[in-house]
Amino acid sequence: MLRLPRFRFVSPPSIEEAIHIRTEHPATSMYVAGGTDVYPKMKRRQFQPEVVIAIGGLVRDDFRGGTLAPLADTLPSVAEEGPLPLGPLPLGLRIGAGATLTEVAEHPRVREGYRALSIAAGLVSTPQLRNMGTIGGNVCLDTRCNWYDQSLFWRTAEGYCMKTHGDVVCRVATSSPRCLAVASADTVPALIALGAQINVVGPNGARTIDLAECYREDGINYLALEPGEIVTEIVLPPSDGWRSTYLKQRDRNSFDFPIAGVAAAVRMDRGVVTDARVAITALGSRPVRVDASALVGTKLDDEAIGAVADATHKAARPMDNTSGTISQRKRAARVFADRALRSLRDD
Amino acid sequence: MTDTKTMLTLRVNGDPHTFAAEPHHTLLEVLREELDLTGTKHGCELGECGACTVLADGVPILSCLTLPQQVAHADITTVEGLAKGPQLHPLQTAFAEEGAAQCGYCTPGILLSAKALLDANPRPTRDEIAQAISGNLCRCTGYTAIYEAIEKAAEMSAKAAQRV
Repeated sequence: MLRLPRFRFVSPPSIEEAIHIRTEHPATSMYVAGGTDVYPKMKRRQFQPEVVIAIGGLVRDDFRGGTLAPLADTLPSVAEEGPLPLGPLPLGLRIGAGATLTEVAEHPRVREGYRALSIAAGLVSTPQLRNMGTIGGNVCLDTRCNWYDQSLFWRTAEGYCMKTHGDVVCRVATSSPRCLAVASADTVPALIALGAQINVVGPNGARTIDLAECYREDGINYLALEPGEIVTEIVLPPSDGWRSTYLKQRDRNSFDFPIAGVAAAVRMDRGVVTDARVAITALGSRPVRVDASALVGTKLDDEAIGAVADATHKAARPMDNTSGTISQRKRAARVFADRALRSLRDD
Repeated sequence: MTDTKTMLTLRVNGDPHTFAAEPHHTLLEVLREELDLTGTKHGCELGECGACTVLADGVPILSCLTLPQQVAHADITTVEGLAKGPQLHPLQTAFAEEGAAQCGYCTPGILLSAKALLDANPRPTRDEIAQAISGNLCRCTGYTAIYEAIEKAAEMSAKAAQRV
């Protein structure tokens, strides 16, 4: 039987208290929300925290019950007024980081205004894990690698890798100065394509960061967050005029991590693109925003889409450390960018 | 690390259960080892196979990745809670009649995923059934008999509702 290692589970009453506990145990504590990434990795001894701090319930208030909050703090809160009617969201959408992936995927406002996010959240793992896992957890998802996501027995026999043992080389490319584990969150490219920011709170206070700036090209220190910081909210800009989608390649169509993922969003005004964003996942150690400026001013014609598909292909830097081959996954980046953008045309 | 057990109360299949558990034991371990509810199965124990699926307030979750402290306020349903005394749940009857179980190891988890589906959507399509149980691996049946059993249970429930 695969038991969790022994640890102390604490469920603090406030975000401030959670940060305080985390700060008291900087090297031996971890936050947990849904637990779908943390607990399997604890069972495989990839993570070995002595203190596990539950934060899921502390960061989910704005989204519970299908409510959403206007961005401007001066406006009355939706919690007081009840759910807003459907329609364009001139103020954007704020999602508590503790909202489950099922809630995000099925929320009518997300489906209508932020379709790429709805699709991406609905393609994460299985129904059970989407009922447990949170959008904040997916944003912070650990990077993956064939040399890392293995049992303790397997990793011990092979002599570990750089991600868990700093004195060992990266097994994917032994001369690599950094860990090459793969960014594997589905919702992140969708959120980047939708222009999301995140609100975080930490020992030094609160701040807002563009999600695209939250990641590093480093499989170990992949998150550009300060120690102890908690993602509290996902903030999406106004959805009016935007349409978006997300395409994912995986080994099994029933459930699996992405081996290539492309999100695309375009803002259309009378059939002409006025803004566009494309982002990719599972094709490097960080999600990457692709230059999609060639689309602006066009009617999503073949030539412009081809240019952005080429840029997506160029931005994809897969390594041989998950399923699929390097060339096949690079090709998938181009094909998916092409398909995603074509699907956003008026017809 | 401390070995101190924690007193917990869980509401399982409608009844409150108070017990002492080690803080690092999952809901799966507690159900099987403290409450003797062994219908919930150990599978991969890493969140991949769905054998340990239970319902928390009617929602399918994986008990192998859930700490009991996190569901202390929820109503937990395990496969033992499906039948009402000698009266099997329509899903159990349909699974037996359609031969939807071979080795049977995945069956408790699939029954609970299917129950959540039918409670929310009494007449699901085949695609909706496939989606609902996409987190439950079955290596014996090829799923066809399982889909048919869930469809049959939906029909049985609809007919029973008409008779009321």
